[in-house]
Amino acid sequence: MLYNIFIDPFMQMGGAPDLLVQTLWEGLVSGVLYALIALGFVLIFKASGVFNFAQGIMVVFAALTLVGFHEKGVPAWIAVILTLGVMYVLALAVERVVLRPLVNQPDIILFMATFGLTYVLIGIGEFIFGGEPKQMITEQLFLPRGAIDVKMLGGRVTFQKLDIAAAVIATVMIGALAAFFQYTRIGRALRAVADSHKAALSVGISLNQIWAIVWFAAGIVALITGVMWGARSEVSFGLDIIALKALPVLILGGFTSIPGAIVGGLIIGIGEKIAEFYWGPLVGGGIENWIAYVIALGFLMVRPQGLFGDKIIERI
Amino acid sequence: MFYREAGQFKKSYAADMAVFPILQDRIGIAVILFIAAVVIPLTGSTFFISSVMIPFLVFSLAAMGLNIVTGYTGLISLGTGAFMGVGAFACYKLTTIFPNVNIIIWIIASGAFSAAIGAAFGLPSLRIKGFYLAVATLAAQFFLEWCFVRVPWLYNYSASGAIQVPQRTLFGVVITGANASPTTRYMVLLGVVVLLTWVASNILHGRVGRTFMAVRDMDIAAELMGIRLLPAKLLAFALSSFYCGVAGAVMMFLWYGGGEAADAFNIRQSFNILFMVIIGGLGSLIGCFMGAALLNIVPIILKFGLPAIGIAVASETAEHLNHLLVGGLIIFFLIVEPHGLARLWQITKQKLRTWPFPY
Amino acid sequence: MKKYLTMTALAAVTTLAATAMPAQAQDSIYVPLLTYRTGPFAGSGIHIANGMHDYLQMLNQRDGGIGGVKIAIEECETGYDTKKGVECYESTKGKNPVVYNPYSTGITLQLIPKAAVDKVPVLSMAYGLSAAADGTNFPWIFNPPATYWDGASVFIKHVAAVEGGLEKLRGKTIGLVHLDAPFGKEPIPVLEAMAKKYEFTLKLYPVPAAQMQNQGSVWLSIRRDRVDWIYNQGWGAMNPTAVKEAVKNNFPMDKLVGVWWAGGDDDARAGEAGAKGYKTLNFHNTGNTFPVMQDILKHVIDKNLSQAKREQVGENLYNRGVYNSMLIAEAIRTAQKITGKKAVNGEDVRRGFEALNITEARLKEMGMEGFANPMKITCEDHSGQNKVFVSQWDGTKYVKASDWMDPIKDVVRPLIEAEAKEYVSKDAGWPKRAVACEKAS
Repeated sequence: MLYNIFIDPFMQMGGAPDLLVQTLWEGLVSGVLYALIALGFVLIFKASGVFNFAQGIMVVFAALTLVGFHEKGVPAWIAVILTLGVMYVLALAVERVVLRPLVNQPDIILFMATFGLTYVLIGIGEFIFGGEPKQMITEQLFLPRGAIDVKMLGGRVTFQKLDIAAAVIATVMIGALAAFFQYTRIGRALRAVADSHKAALSVGISLNQIWAIVWFAAGIVALITGVMWGARSEVSFGLDIIALKALPVLILGGFTSIPGAIVGGLIIGIGEKIAEFYWGPLVGGGIENWIAYVIALGFLMVRPQGLFGDKIIERI
Repeated sequence: MFYREAGQFKKSYAADMAVFPILQDRIGIAVILFIAAVVIPLTGSTFFISSVMIPFLVFSLAAMGLNIVTGYTGLISLGTGAFMGVGAFACYKLTTIFPNVNIIIWIIASGAFSAAIGAAFGLPSLRIKGFYLAVATLAAQFFLEWCFVRVPWLYNYSASGAIQVPQRTLFGVVITGANASPTTRYMVLLGVVVLLTWVASNILHGRVGRTFMAVRDMDIAAELMGIRLLPAKLLAFALSSFYCGVAGAVMMFLWYGGGEAADAFNIRQSFNILFMVIIGGLGSLIGCFMGAALLNIVPIILKFGLPAIGIAVASETAEHLNHLLVGGLIIFFLIVEPHGLARLWQITKQKLRTWPFPY
Repeated sequence: MKKYLTMTALAAVTTLAATAMPAQAQDSIYVPLLTYRTGPFAGSGIHIANGMHDYLQMLNQRDGGIGGVKIAIEECETGYDTKKGVECYESTKGKNPVVYNPYSTGITLQLIPKAAVDKVPVLSMAYGLSAAADGTNFPWIFNPPATYWDGASVFIKHVAAVEGGLEKLRGKTIGLVHLDAPFGKEPIPVLEAMAKKYEFTLKLYPVPAAQMQNQGSVWLSIRRDRVDWIYNQGWGAMNPTAVKEAVKNNFPMDKLVGVWWAGGDDDARAGEAGAKGYKTLNFHNTGNTFPVMQDILKHVIDKNLSQAKREQVGENLYNRGVYNSMLIAEAIRTAQKITGKKAVNGEDVRRGFEALNITEARLKEMGMEGFANPMKITCEDHSGQNKVFVSQWDGTKYVKASDWMDPIKDVVRPLIEAEAKEYVSKDAGWPKRAVACEKAS
């Protein structure tokens, strides 16, 4: 038993290094994609303190809109622009209808409101696009297909071109967002809002505007996530479960940290794949779902605010 | 005007601290109990009892459980579904191992198993707070969900992985299994819910409840006042899980009657119960019932009520509308009254008291 | 609070009492269809719902119903959710339904104990509880034309046929990729029994519902374990993902065989060119050239009475729905013949199912020659262990890729009986069979 847990998996890793590399690569790709979803959460949480449960359904909604426009005969690139437009309108609507009336309410109430938003988006999405799953338009978006087989370490490692593209695009996206919030005027305003709503208001930053912007940014992130996961599987309402995978990433990295989301995503992505692949068979498999939380909990016991989260200081 | 307490004088401290200090409330509760225990079983159709009232009572119980930990103690838990599952499986195992013991005893006892598991998963609450804790409780949800599928001992090694609720009787009347009439199951369930509500109300109005609320309002301050946080938080988790466990057991035994148990206690169930608690009102027992009623009955009215009054909608359109409306309602209620329906009810009472004058 | 509660209660009572009113009209036969066009499994559910609805609608349009009695079709949306499914059941059972199609293993498990009490048969066509095929213990449940266990045995037979004989199975590794839920776990006992008998290694790859679209590590494990054949017991979004991942991992597609529910056209299309060769079990043919399909096109699609698009008629899952409704219609027809009544009820239709015998001649009469195989149900065997074949995806559609094969009856049947006994013994109050056996007509 002990041998099976502590020695055998490592023997396997050493025995078939090509599979280890393949597992690490799979973990890396999903890690980057988790990081991307987590980023959507972090942006909104930082700016408004809202834990946005609707991020998952926004992913589905954005992907469906994109495919829906394309089915109507709109060229792919215009469809992307139109989808971004829809996400912008959605961001404005959310800010106006949901967030503004609920300003200054306890966190849990805002959290709850995003649940309501989830239902509304499911309803609208199904109304317009129907419940049938759709194929993501990969070709039209110039996403590469096929795979690169690399002979290495006495075996074969397959790199899907789509996965490579996903990793690259997600990395670029994360970098762009980080730069945007680091170096631009709006980015500085956002960080000011994150530090203190009142102070930001007093120096003339419009909270409403910032909120609309972060929701739009989350919408862009949702669209990219939707395209990537949609291409790996299909676009259907089942896809919103994927967003739940971002939650352990969030507690691991901290709700307020962009680097946290990235590092957390990679740890969770690689950790769960390795755990499932090498330790899963010992208990019958299917552990991927909760092992991520166990990893995250382990870190939390040491740092209760996540790896990069703001330190919680409590005063009476 | 309608709700005057003028002239009702309290002569002792106990009377002043009573749960229902006002005569109107006592009459009200009696009328509700009368309707629930006599009018509904006599007049309600089978569909009304089995698809509206039974789910409503089960969810109220689960919401009560979650409200203890989230509403009264301020610790957000997203593992409600899993804790309900623990209760259901515990009850199933107990009644198959000891078939001769009365099922009601096992339903209550299964809560104890759930309480133990809940307390174990509540341990991180000492160190982790807020949304971090909420996500951490998801670990319990996913891990337990996995166990329900992967530990065949829990479902007695049945090939399909589903559990079967055996037939059990109470005073010679069949109360579980397919042969139990909906009315019987409803009455038993009502009994359990009324009893547990009474217990909860007493616990929460007493020292334990005040401890919880002190922890909720600020745990460091509570600690300085001499409340030991570890026992208090663990007790909250245990008590909450006890109620959830019983809710899960009654859900399987008195409502579902077996089947795909793991699926019934998934993450969506946890969220669903959380909605009920927040819509109903955090830290309010009445709110649990109101939230459960709203989120359980509105979809059913939309689905089956609209065709009944002559508005024909395709079944899937009704489902889409349902999503839209439930989502809209949640947002609407939060905007109108973030403190939930219970608060809305308090305001109404106040209005009724002073009507027709504004103050 | 009292006001609030009484008001809701009153409102609910008045609106809901109305829905539960039994439909008194006896000039029609009420067939509720529990379908799902929403939720994560809608991708598979929509096609089946269309097929089921359209065939019955066609009978109404073409023949004026069955035996001159119109069929009242009502769909109730379940979203593949057990709770909603049971609500649908409770709300429709007062309207004198003649048969229920739960279309979800979870809902079927719920309805199995209720069927005998409410005296409405449950038709879980090739899904649900395999053990329910034992008619002696489950007189009200029917799962023709074959159970999951029969399906798994046909898969093994197919493997043997390709490999060159059952003895060639020795030493092979066969994997089961399955949804981690009762539905997915159904074939495990049979595969285990056969692994012992034919000495192959069985590997299980559970896919939790939340991971349906994220199967990377499952397929990596398959690659590591050097699995020779894969049997896919998946549903909904799990299937296209599995096909895609198989293509990605260079798994030979002609060694990936899906259960009949993993045979959606959309499932295979997801794998694009690489999916060519994907196999799935089947018990009816695809395509819209059969006379019955032409009738559906003429009487239903052309009159805009369906939600299906014209090109979807003839797809695999659409035809599955048609086959399902054909069984319902034939059971009703048989019931009318046995009882001599026009407007039959649930108890009559149960007898109709038990005496169901669809011959070659009858298939021809219905315009289903070549669409389906003759099948029959007996009093003891409610699934019939009828023949099944393997379909293969040729890049645009499924084509028949094997002969009709009998399940390995001597392995499956004893398991069914043992499991049925086990099921019944666990439930102290399980009713003894209270209805007489029906002789085939």
